[in-house]
Amino acid sequence: MNFSLSATDFLTILPELILCGMGMVVLLFDLFGSGRNTANLAWLTLLSLLAAGYADITMMGQNLMGFSGTVTADDFSIAFELIFLSVTALTVLLSTRYVHERGMGYGEYYSLLLFATAGMMLMASSLDMLMIFIGLEILSLSSYILCGMLRRDARSNESALKYFLLGAFATGFLLYGMMLLYGATGTIRLREIAEALRHEEVFVNPIAWMGMGMILVGFGFKIALVPFHMWTPDVYEGAPTTVTAFLSSGPKAASFAALIRILVEGLSPMQEQWSQVLWVLAVITMTLGNVVALQQDNIKRMLAYSSIAHAGYILVAVVVGGAEGLGAVVFYALAYTFMNTGAFGVLILTADRGRERLTFEDFRGFGFVSPALGVAMFIFMLSLAGIPLTGGFAGKFQIFKSAIDQGYIWLTVIGMLNSVVSIYYYLRIVVVMYMQPAGDDSLQEPPRASIPLYTAIALAAAGVIYLGIFPSGWIGISLQSVSLLTAGG
Amino acid sequence: MEVFFYLFAVLATVGAVSVLLIRSPVYCALALVGTFFCLAAIYVLLSSEFVAAVQLLVYAGAIMVLFLFVIMLLNLKSDQPFALKFSIPKIIGLAVTVGILAQLIGVLNSPAAKVGPSGEYTIERVSAEGATEVVGRLLFTEYVLPFEIISILLLVAVIGAVVLAKRYVASGEEESG
Repeated sequence: MNFSLSATDFLTILPELILCGMGMVVLLFDLFGSGRNTANLAWLTLLSLLAAGYADITMMGQNLMGFSGTVTADDFSIAFELIFLSVTALTVLLSTRYVHERGMGYGEYYSLLLFATAGMMLMASSLDMLMIFIGLEILSLSSYILCGMLRRDARSNESALKYFLLGAFATGFLLYGMMLLYGATGTIRLREIAEALRHEEVFVNPIAWMGMGMILVGFGFKIALVPFHMWTPDVYEGAPTTVTAFLSSGPKAASFAALIRILVEGLSPMQEQWSQVLWVLAVITMTLGNVVALQQDNIKRMLAYSSIAHAGYILVAVVVGGAEGLGAVVFYALAYTFMNTGAFGVLILTADRGRERLTFEDFRGFGFVSPALGVAMFIFMLSLAGIPLTGGFAGKFQIFKSAIDQGYIWLTVIGMLNSVVSIYYYLRIVVVMYMQPAGDDSLQEPPRASIPLYTAIALAAAGVIYLGIFPSGWIGISLQSVSLLTAGG
Repeated sequence: MEVFFYLFAVLATVGAVSVLLIRSPVYCALALVGTFFCLAAIYVLLSSEFVAAVQLLVYAGAIMVLFLFVIMLLNLKSDQPFALKFSIPKIIGLAVTVGILAQLIGVLNSPAAKVGPSGEYTIERVSAEGATEVVGRLLFTEYVLPFEIISILLLVAVIGAVVLAKRYVASGEEESG
């Protein structure tokens, strides 16, 4: 038996290798570096993210495949990897002061972020259920730990424990589903599964269907689809705010990438059936997320429910499928990253020592107290609500346009209605910021300046506006990225 | 052979359920050891002796010793031997579990259900070449990437254990609120 590894094999996973290697370097640097300088660790982390991003961009269009077909670096995975890298880079910029003030084990924090990013990238680039599972586990394990890093905060502990227990439970479902699918098709390679399912006797095998169902449950939990969303508000509220910003955009996008890989590459013969299941999930996810978000007084919790609703919108695009629908997923994932991380960025910046400003009351008159941040928050809220000239609008437009083109009229109507409902709670914060006078309890003076934080918020705002006004560039990339996926199925 | 499978499967399930129901940590640990042993026996029945041996060494051996150490160091005490309090969430959970179980049994018994096409490594081939050799060769050729990448997973777990469980070093280093 001949077996050899070539340079191509390693080139395929070069970005992941860079991140894993640098994750260890960051740990060692924290140990041996002089005076535990947190700023240096953040710069080192950013540098490795940039290096990985550069490696990704150079590999674009080559569609490399490595390690006997377990991983690939096709345009789909590269597009998603660039999204993950943006999430993590923004999170690192947002974290510099927060991590320092709260003394959350500096080196560990940044290296866990890097490992989590590597896990997400593996999820997007695997063609093999085993690799998807390992990538997901690296990501999940890092996330559980990141949630609990405020060790003296009881709610942070609760968040980590809740996430861990429920996450392990959902992982059980996912693994069981993969096992059943393996039992029915005899392979763990996604493309071979699709091949096997084209045979009549495998296709009618109920074991394979049970497997599909359980995989959907497992990913439903990771993406926080209703009815598997119960953990989301508590985990997001209790976790350190920087981690919440990361969790609500990164891992969600990664789970969508892996889900699309499994559904479109592996389970394409079952498309008619899984898209019906997802249709229902998309409707209840959008509706419940928006309706419950209406009632929240805590902005962090409101954003948690809003992230559930946005997962519902993305799911609409998955249901629609085809190049247009899947392209809309890629587009929306990036737009959501910018607006969501930006909104959390403002919350992080206003968090003063020991006290976080998280209720609507705290933001009374904020637009006049700190005009620049007020405008930034205004932009993010408009984008989340899907008002034109923002990335959120361009993304929703892509999703609903593809849905109408494919004849999903009802899904579009329900999605639009939900969008209208969501305007209420997003604009509520704008009303509070600009139309109510600052009270005794609200923020009185602009938050202390911090260059990395302002940079992150400015970058996110610029991203939102760029995607809103010139969406065609990223639309082109996202359409191209899914062209291989849809050509085969 | 099938008799043995059912014997060990039932024992494994009984062990797993008792881990949930028994309150005394030491008894829980013992029930868990029983489950691990039964699983190892099932692996042997499936003619994968290597996995069975690893199961015994790693789970029943190393991990259980660690569990018992932790239990011993924490010096846990428990008043009630059994925890059989029923609440509405538990009843709903039980109903869902029974539902999924019934569905699984239905699926596995339906006439269309059968084991899918077998791959390259049939039982005959594995027993001819030796299970350990086949597993070892695959791990270092076709599945070398998953095998190596798991080390990152373990590293993350180690970091997590240190971060979440280490002692507070200095008061100034931790958050005040």
